[in-house]
Amino acid sequence: MEVMPKWAEVVLVPFISLLLAAIISALVILAIGEDPVAAAKLMYEGAVGSVRGWGYTLYYATNFIFTGLAVAVAFHARLFNIGGEGQAMLGGLGVAMALLFIPWPHWTIGLLVATLMAAAFGALWALIPAWLQAKRGSHIVITTIMFNFIASALLIYVINEFLKPVGQADPSSARFAAHLDLPTLNSVLNSWGIKASKDDSVNVTFLIALACAVGVWVLMWKTRLGYEIRAFGHSESAARYAGINPVKITVVTMLISGALAGLMATNTVMGESEKLILNSTEGAGFIGIAVALMGRSHPVGVVIAAILFGFLYQGGAELALWTSIPRELIVVIQALVILFTGALDNMVRMPLEKIFLALRSDRSKAAEGAE
Amino acid sequence: MDFLTLIQLLDSTVRLATPLLLACLAGLFSERAGIFDIGLEGKMLAAAFFSAAIAAMTGSVWLGLLAGIAASLMLSAIHGIASITFRGNQLISGVAINFLAAGMTVLVAQAWFRQGGRTPSLVGNARFEPVNLPFAEALQDVPIIGPLYYELISGHSVLVYMAFAAVPLTWWILFRTRFGLRLRAVGENPAAVDTAGVSVVALRYAAVAICGVLCGIAGAYLSTALQAGFVKDMSAGRGFIALAALIFAKWRPWHALYATLLFGLFGALETRPDVIEAVTSIKVHSALLGALPYVMTVIILAGFIGKAIPPRAGGEPYVKER
Repeated sequence: MEVMPKWAEVVLVPFISLLLAAIISALVILAIGEDPVAAAKLMYEGAVGSVRGWGYTLYYATNFIFTGLAVAVAFHARLFNIGGEGQAMLGGLGVAMALLFIPWPHWTIGLLVATLMAAAFGALWALIPAWLQAKRGSHIVITTIMFNFIASALLIYVINEFLKPVGQADPSSARFAAHLDLPTLNSVLNSWGIKASKDDSVNVTFLIALACAVGVWVLMWKTRLGYEIRAFGHSESAARYAGINPVKITVVTMLISGALAGLMATNTVMGESEKLILNSTEGAGFIGIAVALMGRSHPVGVVIAAILFGFLYQGGAELALWTSIPRELIVVIQALVILFTGALDNMVRMPLEKIFLALRSDRSKAAEGAE
Repeated sequence: MDFLTLIQLLDSTVRLATPLLLACLAGLFSERAGIFDIGLEGKMLAAAFFSAAIAAMTGSVWLGLLAGIAASLMLSAIHGIASITFRGNQLISGVAINFLAAGMTVLVAQAWFRQGGRTPSLVGNARFEPVNLPFAEALQDVPIIGPLYYELISGHSVLVYMAFAAVPLTWWILFRTRFGLRLRAVGENPAAVDTAGVSVVALRYAAVAICGVLCGIAGAYLSTALQAGFVKDMSAGRGFIALAALIFAKWRPWHALYATLLFGLFGALETRPDVIEAVTSIKVHSALLGALPYVMTVIILAGFIGKAIPPRAGGEPYVKER
């Protein structure tokens, strides 16, 4: 039985969860002796108060759209892909493989190849946990956690042993060819004669991320495969009874999820660092969990949540620059969002359901009285 | 490789295995009661910070230990409320706890000490000093047994001995007491426990609390015994290695000891690549060695070498009125 109307489910519950997370974050800022209102103002100014701020906010948002969609797709099949971080690392390796060795004539072709390679490498890294879950029943959460660590070790090994140019000290690959740099918002604005800063910022991969969001929506709600994924997520036994192959759904869902996480590397590795570095993911794979939970696993929700987290990230960087509040404040906010929108969902939901039930019975009593 | 190198290697194995062992036993209690806990890492980290911070402020490592346990218990309480009372997703709650600890420790460290997310270095009574067992000095020169006793068995902090004593204690509690029987039952078939008139909720909270205490000791060991102070992210994935060890041990206390010693040995070898090269004449990259516990756990999980079957009701919230 639907206790709550749809608007309450989609808007009210997440809103209250976020409000709780915001209140506690403000209390945390107060407790460390800073002013939460001033901090919020500074974050707002730094993240969306200028073209430069917007550029970075959307740059971070691009990462979070990819990883958020990755987690969301898996959630639909009731799979918890905690391995976005590792899949994105491998995606970065794919991008490096695509761009280091073949002199592509133009960035568009380079981007196309990099996109395919990033998706393929990310998907590949999700394949083994998926197969183990489907065939051997090993818990996908544990295997994907393990694969994050294995990915990070693998990356250290490959960069240090194979990709690092001879004589270079810091662990990174060679720089990709300069003509493969992706056009950024700033460079586009500059070419139109609008003065913007020279910083790297949001680049064309933001559009790819938005296209992926549309693609996930079409996949989930307009195709047979999407229906099968959602059916499998609702009830595995019912899906099995309806002739849906659980092994196929588990593997295919995780391949899509891993590919989406891997795509994040086109933004960070090709768009920003322009070479493969050790920590290009910067925890974005984990933020995908918060984004997917907050966005209720719907592409529209994911995009909105990703932009909000982009705002928090850029705002948090500004905060760390101008005040003594460390960047880790964002990690705390992220934890609170995961806690309230994910684990403590029922804490918000149960009282709300009671209120709506009470309202409904009042109304039906009033209707009886009128007869 | 000479005898003394071997002893040194085993000595650092014991040091590195201790936090893993404590965290692994912590996870054992929780998961045997049906509560998955991927927040071991966060609890250790929070305990590491608060024990170092309080030890630095008061100068007493024992007060530090208590503070660490208290911090870890706070996070356990959040996990309990989310996953037992509100029947939320235990894995998501664990993820949240890990991030909460990672962020809060640096935030509070910066507010309290202003040293870029660290605590001041601990000296004297603010740190767990090595305990010299009786006759260790006297027996030092006896061949084989002397160095073995002096270097390997004696000279660890008291927490190391506590960790090793916790293994038989855990075994005894889980397999020889009524509480242990009920705790295991609640992880396999909570409905049966409920029918017998025993509170599922109380048992699970008890298990989560024991998990918190053990993680607290593990964290305190990191910052006040293994190292002298807290640095950002100092748990460095140990909570996840402990989780891997728990699966490797198939949720059994004695096997947890063996698994954590094995993973401790990998950790010790990671710092001594020269030893590996001398013994096997293969040059192994330290990063790959560091990944070995994870790879082995995946292989175990895949069921190619024996099957790891978790407690049956693990991860499932218990709904009484079904």
